[in-house]
Amino acid sequence: MAPLLDVNNLTTHFYTQDGVVKAVNGISYSVDEGETVGIVGESGSGKSVGVMSLVRLIPTPPGKIVDGQVMFNGQDLLTLSKNEIRAIRGNKVAMIFQDPMTSLNPVLTIGRQISEAVELHLGMDKKQARNRTIELLELVGIPSAADRIDNYPHQFSGGMRQRVMIAMGLSCNPQLLIADEPTTALDVTIQAQIVDLVKRLREEIGMAIIWITHDLGLVAGLAQKMIVMYGGNIVEQAPVVDLYKNPRHPYTLGLLASLPRLDEDRPKKLLSIEGLPPDLVNYPQGCPFYARCNYRIDKCADTPPQLKEVGVKHKVACHVDVQTAKWTTEHPYEEFNLM
Amino acid sequence: MLEKKNVESDIIVSVQNLKMYFPITSGIIFQRHVGDIKAVDGVSFDIQRGETLGLVGESGCGKSTTGRAILQLYRPTDGTVNFEGSELTDLKGGELRKMRRHIQMIFQDPYASLNPRMTVGSIVGEPLEVHRLASGKARKERVRELLDIVGLNPYFINRYPHEFSGGQRQRIGIARALAVEPAFIVCDEPISALDVSIQAQVINLLEELQERMGLTYLFIAHDLAVVRHISDRIAVMYLGKLVELTGRAELYAQPMHPYTQALLSAVPLPDPLAEMEREKKRVILQGDVPSPSNPPQGCNFCTRCPSLERAKQEKGIDCHTVEPEFREVESGHWVACHLY
Repeated sequence: MAPLLDVNNLTTHFYTQDGVVKAVNGISYSVDEGETVGIVGESGSGKSVGVMSLVRLIPTPPGKIVDGQVMFNGQDLLTLSKNEIRAIRGNKVAMIFQDPMTSLNPVLTIGRQISEAVELHLGMDKKQARNRTIELLELVGIPSAADRIDNYPHQFSGGMRQRVMIAMGLSCNPQLLIADEPTTALDVTIQAQIVDLVKRLREEIGMAIIWITHDLGLVAGLAQKMIVMYGGNIVEQAPVVDLYKNPRHPYTLGLLASLPRLDEDRPKKLLSIEGLPPDLVNYPQGCPFYARCNYRIDKCADTPPQLKEVGVKHKVACHVDVQTAKWTTEHPYEEFNLM
Repeated sequence: MLEKKNVESDIIVSVQNLKMYFPITSGIIFQRHVGDIKAVDGVSFDIQRGETLGLVGESGCGKSTTGRAILQLYRPTDGTVNFEGSELTDLKGGELRKMRRHIQMIFQDPYASLNPRMTVGSIVGEPLEVHRLASGKARKERVRELLDIVGLNPYFINRYPHEFSGGQRQRIGIARALAVEPAFIVCDEPISALDVSIQAQVINLLEELQERMGLTYLFIAHDLAVVRHISDRIAVMYLGKLVELTGRAELYAQPMHPYTQALLSAVPLPDPLAEMEREKKRVILQGDVPSPSNPPQGCNFCTRCPSLERAKQEKGIDCHTVEPEFREVESGHWVACHLY
């Protein structure tokens, strides 16, 4: 069976005054029906730009999708006309964003904002749309939904607003939900509520989810497949248990080692990844992680590694096998004399 | 870690019944006082010399306000803050400024807490000037030394904050706090604005400095895993009050307060197999934190507490009416709950 979403060599650049920002550099992955994929990466790793490019929500100019193919249900989303892609956005592909405060319109009622999508995509009349909206608000756990439907966003708390965003995303029974750091702005206890809700809805509706986050803990219990991004590239891709138990890229290894954990005592000095992420304008010639890598070899400086299979559905972009290799340098960044 | 606590038991900061209310006013010309936001409502704890006390809680629980009220950046509504024998709430003007040499703060947002028009040299050197510790050539020398201590190239002295990344800016903030050789530093979410791989760098730096200079930290954060790593003892705050205070090992092994239990179980672990197990036992709190302008009667957690029934059956106490006392139920383990 063909996957629901098949992304091929997606490349997005931004043309700015300071030069070309190479935000996403040829990423390929697929999402099956009903599958949850977690994408982790730091700020500037291209994780948000990567998924925004899928539905062509990149401001153009300065942004431009330079290359690639995004097959969704057998259609290439990148070649569709403006009207055709608009019929898919918010309908078969829904999105929820990080900041529920700014992604809702403050001068429209909650009900108006949700029913807009329903009227537009499902062709319901006002009354049907209103009933559907109340149903949706109940589905995402908003108490006394029939009364709250006429409230404005400022009358809701942060967690409640994110529930409204989810209701809006689900309004047209999407096949794919893109969640871009939906819980980053929320407290842990509220985050647990939202994650619990998404899990329940996933079972009820059976949609596929792409969940973007910088929190390696959050997706561990949520995703089936994990993608790790660094400097606009996918550096590792694996089934979730494999990625955490058997990380194969030095960056993934470093990230996991640098996290203090709730359930165990770490050595007093955390292993940290020295230095800073790469400059996306003057993009490094070889491996983007070269400057910070403890395992680097000479080849890494000029030859960018390609994603290759190292296990069952486990791909990694690295010239070195971290399972057998030893550290080649203790303080990689110091040699660059930039700290 | 634990030895340190036992050997030294002298108290450097003692906070008693600290209250910080912000008035709510109404009217345009005559500002009538119609209520209070009780950001901090009667908090008491001691900090021992050389230890790190972690203060955790969700946004709006008053943890940052507590930190600022200790430093007298806000003048507390009520309560006392004793620092090495002197009462900070009584100090004014020049005396207070002199005292600030010994207590410093590291701020959350490394983008907003550095003046964009000042060079790194003048940012880090300013406290030296204010406190007349060094001037001219000596000051420049000292600034270079401080930059070196926090892991920045001393050669950066004439650069401006915008030329640095978030992690580097946080290092500048730390250098500024260290300039006056303080004994006590309030770290107000110093790593929350940073990326994961950079967070570890800053945590390591803070710990190194503590060891080297014998610093005492009040470490305010919302990330429980980070707090577990860096703290000796941890205080948990909810809606302006402390709900639990104990050693870090005890807190994670035996959380007593229902809020602490829920908070710990809500944190996801970076381990898919362990997560599957925890999933079944997860306590998910219902609803949101109530407004601090109108906290609930009785226990302030009673609107979300999953153990109300238990308290009623076992102790015959109605948590909606009776406020629990914050008391020591085991040696060194303080908790505000009717269950214990």
